[in-house]
Amino acid sequence: MGHTLAEKIIAAHLVDGEGNVSADNQIEVWPGDLVEVAVDVVLSNDITAPIAIREFEKLGVERVFDPARVVMVADHFAPNKDIKSAEQCACMRRFARTQNLPHYFDVGRMGIEHVLLPEQGLVAPGDVVVGADSHTCTYGALGAFATGMGSTDIGVAMATGRVWLRVPETIRIVYHDRLQPWVGGKDLILYTIGRIGVSGALYKAIEFAGPVIDSLSMAGRFTMANMAIEAGGKAGLFAVDETTCAYVDGRARRPYRVYQADDDAVYAQVVEIDVSQIEPQVAFPHLPENVRPVSQAAESNVRIDQAVIGSCTNGRLEDLRVVAKVLRGRRVHTDVRCIVIPGSQQVYLDALREGLIEVFVEAGAVVSTPTCGPCLGGHMGVLAAGERAVSTTNRNFRGRMGHPESKVYLAGPAVAAASAVAGHITGPDDPSPSPSPARRGEPEEVLQ
Amino acid sequence: MKLTGAVWKYGDNVDTDAIIPARYLNVSSPEELACHCMEDLDPGFASAVQTGDIIVAGENFGCGSSREHAPLAIKGAGVACVVARSFARIFHRNSINIGLPIVECPEVVEETEQGDQLTVNLEAGTVTNERTGRTYQTSPFPVFIMSIIRAGGLVPYTRGRLGRTLMGRI
Repeated sequence: MGHTLAEKIIAAHLVDGEGNVSADNQIEVWPGDLVEVAVDVVLSNDITAPIAIREFEKLGVERVFDPARVVMVADHFAPNKDIKSAEQCACMRRFARTQNLPHYFDVGRMGIEHVLLPEQGLVAPGDVVVGADSHTCTYGALGAFATGMGSTDIGVAMATGRVWLRVPETIRIVYHDRLQPWVGGKDLILYTIGRIGVSGALYKAIEFAGPVIDSLSMAGRFTMANMAIEAGGKAGLFAVDETTCAYVDGRARRPYRVYQADDDAVYAQVVEIDVSQIEPQVAFPHLPENVRPVSQAAESNVRIDQAVIGSCTNGRLEDLRVVAKVLRGRRVHTDVRCIVIPGSQQVYLDALREGLIEVFVEAGAVVSTPTCGPCLGGHMGVLAAGERAVSTTNRNFRGRMGHPESKVYLAGPAVAAASAVAGHITGPDDPSPSPSPARRGEPEEVLQ
Repeated sequence: MKLTGAVWKYGDNVDTDAIIPARYLNVSSPEELACHCMEDLDPGFASAVQTGDIIVAGENFGCGSSREHAPLAIKGAGVACVVARSFARIFHRNSINIGLPIVECPEVVEETEQGDQLTVNLEAGTVTNERTGRTYQTSPFPVFIMSIIRAGGLVPYTRGRLGRTLMGRI
């Protein structure tokens, strides 16, 4: 019996009885095995690092296992939103300096971590990556086994370079046929979560495959892998192909190794999806599984107060190009605050050079420095009671973006931009502005 | 280890934003976090919860972010144990790592109501509902996980292992 991609990568990182690791070992692992593995990258951010550092210090270890493999990014509440956040960033900054971490990213050099690390070539195919951030699974797009953990796990991994893992079962999801216009990675993953549910991949890895995936861009793959956790997944992996290599080569700072799932790999479940009828998707409050096609969402006449475009899910250059395509020559609705957040300094600069930023500002959107801010109701776009936002982020839990009585609708960049223009949730083919209810004195109630 | 306490009952998919909203993630002490535990889901919880109480919930408890602040807030609030139909993976790890007892037991969840008294015996893997008198058997943790729990969490466990030969298979 063969092995899945996740099993292959985990086996190659096993710590043997002598405490050594060899990618050439002949050891097999199977779902359910509890194993100890060596990690290639250990990640944390300004929210999770302070606790990880506290636990690291309790271990009585002086130095991290390898400074080049410990990455820290100030992205959640940075630029600092208040004094307490400033203290947390200061704690992380002090630690990074004391430990001489070459990959510590502060304001002006940083990006949203899961946009930044691949872009900087810090994660590579075949890696085991652990991060104190649930969206660490994003790097599965590169054919890495990447998974989110808590701060204590990360504190221990910073000291030892190792973590314990339970080898997960794998669900294989195969996408067939052709995508409709405006449908991208975000729509595919929202549709998938709608199909399998928010605990559909609980404790399991997902392998994304099929002809649609073969022709999907890296940006689309990052978006899909990113939201594997929203189905409860431990990791979301893609096979390495020419698209991956074209992205990685010239970026990766280390030699990497490509692993492939065996043809006779054993899967817990295989899900086949015909994409030909999939429209752009919208996830209604308060779970990412509450998805509807955008045509149906538009019929519900959901007026919005804010549109957030960016995040580790959709903050890449390709996403911003889609937004610019919709916003060019149009204006954001007078009742909507549209906030565009490039995912990294590089994405910001590229968007600037391509003229995308000008399109956004002319349309009446604001453009922010990279930050996770609004996605988790931190800063840069917190919602008031009763407000609704359409957002390209990844979670629409109650209170996620601010007041517990606010609502978040998840969508891809095309729908978010079109909705910002229309003032209500709609698809990119018809973003005609609705009359402002404030001006007409109509009630703001929506039909849902 | 026997834990007896009154039940706080919740539904499926209690996410980490419900357990501790992100607006409070600018602090990390369990005591401070505890003041806002369950705030958006059950505003009365933090002020009324008693030391030793037990949370009983449905599927996928603790889904969402990796924030260890979630189990820290629950532990800081004095909750002795969380019993659920199932746990989100990262929350599951975090709880073990910080020494918050958690038990997966769908039958208990089915037949337990808000305010019931539960007794959880971690070693025996049993949960008893004192109101109904029914005792339920849960599947015990693997030996390796039990050794982390016995050590008091991942940090004391690792401190005990540092310097010794590390084993590939656990």
